[in-house]
Amino acid sequence: MRAADILRFARDAAAGYPMRTSLSVLAMSIGVAAVVVLTALGDGARRYVVGQFSSLGTNLVIVLPGRSGTGGFNPANAITSTPRDLTVDDAASLRRLPGARRIAPLAVGTSEISYGGKLREVMVAGATAEFIPIRNFELAQGLGLPDEDWNRGSPVAVIGAKIHEELFGNAPAIGRLVRVGDRRLRVVGVLKPIGQGLGMNTDELVIIPVSLAQAMFDSNTLFRIMIEASSREAIPATKEQVTAMLKQRHRGEEDVTVITQDAVLATFDKLLGALTLGVAGIAAISLAVAGILVMNVMLVAVTQRTGEIGLLKALGASARTIRLAFLAEAAMLSAVGALLGYLLGQLGAFALRQFFPVFPAYPPDWAVIAALGTALATGLLFGVMPARRAARLDPVQALMKR
Amino acid sequence: MPLIELAAIERRFLLGDTTVRALTGLDLRIDAGEYVAVMGPSGSGKSTLLNLLGLLDRPNEGSYRLEGRDVTTLSPDELAGVRSRRIGFVFQSFHLVPRLSAAENIALPMTLAGIPLPERRQRVARALQDFGLANRADHKPDQLSGGQRQRVAIARATIMQPALILADEPTGNLDRHTGDEVVNLLETLNAGGVTLIVVTHDQGMGARARRQLVMEDGHLQYDSGQNAHARR
Ligand SMILES: Nc1ncnc2c1ncn2[C@@H]1O[C@H](COP(=O)(O)OP(=O)(O)O)[C@@H](O)[C@H]1O
Ligand SMILES: [Mg+2]
Repeated sequence: MRAADILRFARDAAAGYPMRTSLSVLAMSIGVAAVVVLTALGDGARRYVVGQFSSLGTNLVIVLPGRSGTGGFNPANAITSTPRDLTVDDAASLRRLPGARRIAPLAVGTSEISYGGKLREVMVAGATAEFIPIRNFELAQGLGLPDEDWNRGSPVAVIGAKIHEELFGNAPAIGRLVRVGDRRLRVVGVLKPIGQGLGMNTDELVIIPVSLAQAMFDSNTLFRIMIEASSREAIPATKEQVTAMLKQRHRGEEDVTVITQDAVLATFDKLLGALTLGVAGIAAISLAVAGILVMNVMLVAVTQRTGEIGLLKALGASARTIRLAFLAEAAMLSAVGALLGYLLGQLGAFALRQFFPVFPAYPPDWAVIAALGTALATGLLFGVMPARRAARLDPVQALMKR
Repeated sequence: MPLIELAAIERRFLLGDTTVRALTGLDLRIDAGEYVAVMGPSGSGKSTLLNLLGLLDRPNEGSYRLEGRDVTTLSPDELAGVRSRRIGFVFQSFHLVPRLSAAENIALPMTLAGIPLPERRQRVARALQDFGLANRADHKPDQLSGGQRQRVAIARATIMQPALILADEPTGNLDRHTGDEVVNLLETLNAGGVTLIVVTHDQGMGARARRQLVMEDGHLQYDSGQNAHARR
C-alpha cells in the first residue's frame, strides 16, 4: 500500500468515528496546551523578575548594614551583638576602590511634604548625585542632586512624578520651595513616571542629599550603599574590595553584608527556571495520560473494526499494511491534537499577556518543542500495541465479527 | 489443468475440550474455469472449506495445491499476496467498508496492492460501468440497496482480475429477484473464464452450477463431477 493511501485511509478511518477521534484529539491538545501555557507562565515569571532586577541598575554591588545569616559562624559577630553603623564616611571611603565606578550612599525614611497648602506623606531617599544614574532613573525636568560634599548637602530635592502632579498640578515645580519635614528645600528636578517596580516606587519618592536626610531622621546609619562596578567582570573583585575596605574600617569585623545583583539575579533565574521545568514536567504527565487515552481509543478502534480488518486481510492486505494503517491513525490523532494544543496554548499565553501586560508570558522554545515531540512520541508509542494487535488478528475470526 | 487440488485435508477446531472435525478426509480437484456449487446442511463445513480454499485458513493436515503450487507452507504475507492477486471473495453480508464510497470500496484491493492512482481510477470507472453502478460511484454503502451493495462487492472481488472467485451464500441477504441478478452476474464472470465456487442453501441456485458438491459432517458426501473426472 502506498504511503499516501495509508494516510488517506487512516484519515478517513479517524473521520469515520468523530466522537472517539475528537475525544483523543482533545485530550492530547489539552496536554500540549497545558505545557505551553504553564511554561509561558513560569518563564514569564522568570523574565519578569530578571527584568525587574535589571532595572535596579547594572553591575550593582550593594552593601547592607549587619551580617546576614549566610557566610557561616563568625566568632567576632558572636561577641558584638549590635552591628556598627554604616556611615556616609564608609561610603566615601569606597570611592577610592579601583573597581567602583559610582558610589551612592542611601538613607531612607518617611516624612511629610507640603506646598501651597497641600500636604502628603512621602518616602524620602537621602542620597548623592550618583544615585540617580546608578539606579537608571530618568529625569523629566530639571537636574539631579548636585555633585558636592556628601556631609554638607544643599537644601534641594528631586521629586517623583506623582508628588509633582499632586502638589503642583500643571504649574511649574522647578525652583519652587517645598517643605519636607522641618526643612524648606528647592525643587531642582522631577523624575519621569515609571510605575510600580521591584524595589521602590519612584513616583512617590523625594530624593534629597544624604546628610539632610540623616539629620532629618536623626540617624547616622545608612540603609544601603550602592556601588556600580566598572564592568560585569569587575563585580566579584569589587565585592572583595568593598568587603575588605569596610572590614578594615570596622576594626576587622565583617559586620556588613555585601551582595551583588548578579548573584541575586542568578539565584532567581535558576530558581524560576527550575520552577518552569517542574511545571512543564507536571504538565507533561497530562501528555502521558493523553498517550494512554490514544492507546485505548485505538484498542477500541481495533475491536470495533475487527470485521474490517478481516476484510482487509481477505483482500490481500499484509500484516505490515494493517500495522501501518493503525499506527498512522494514532499518529494522526496525536499530531492533530498536538497542533491544536499548540494553538490553544499560544492563544492562552496571548490572553495572559493581554490581561497582564507587564508579564511577558511567552512559552520558551524548548518547552514547545518538547511538548510537541512528547505528544507525537507518546501517540506513536501507544499506537504500536493496538496496531500490532490488529495486524495479528486471524482473518477468519475477524471476518466472522461484524 | 487443475486449479485446486486438495488431498486428505483435515481441519479440526477445539471447542472447550471437544474437538470439532469441520473437515475430514477431504480430497477435491477443481479445474480452472469450473462453476461449482457447494451445498449441505448448516454446520457441515462449507464455510470452513471456502476459507481454506481462499487461504484465510490452513488445514491441520493434508495438502493444498493452488495452480500447482503447495500453499500450505507459505508465510502469512505470501498468502496475502496470493489472495490479493488470485482470489476474490464475495460474502453474504457484503462486507463493505461503511465510510468509503462505492468507488473506493471497489478500488480497495488495488489500493492495498499499491496500484497507482490513475490506473485505479480507470479500472474502477470501467467496473462501475460494467456492474451498472456508474451513477452510484460516490454513494456510501448505507445509501445503496442490498443488490447494489452486492454488486459493489462483486466488482471489488473482480477488480484484481483473480483466477478464482469464492462466494459464501452471496444471495443469503437478498430477495429472490436481486439474488437472481447477482447469480447471473457471477455466472457471466464464470463465462468469462473465472473459476467460480459458490456456497448456497438454495437448491435452485445449486442446480444452475455445472458441478455440485454436497457436504455432510465435514465429508464430501456427493460430487456430481466425480464421474466426469473418473471418465476423463
Ligand atoms: N472457529 C471455529 N471454532 C470452533 N468451531 C468452528 C469454528 N469454525 C467452524 N467451526 C465448526 O465447524 C463446523 C463447520 O462449520 P462451518 O464450516 O461454518 O459450517 P457451514 O458453513 O457448512 O454451516 C461447525 O460444527 C462449526 O461449529
Ligand atoms: Mg457457513
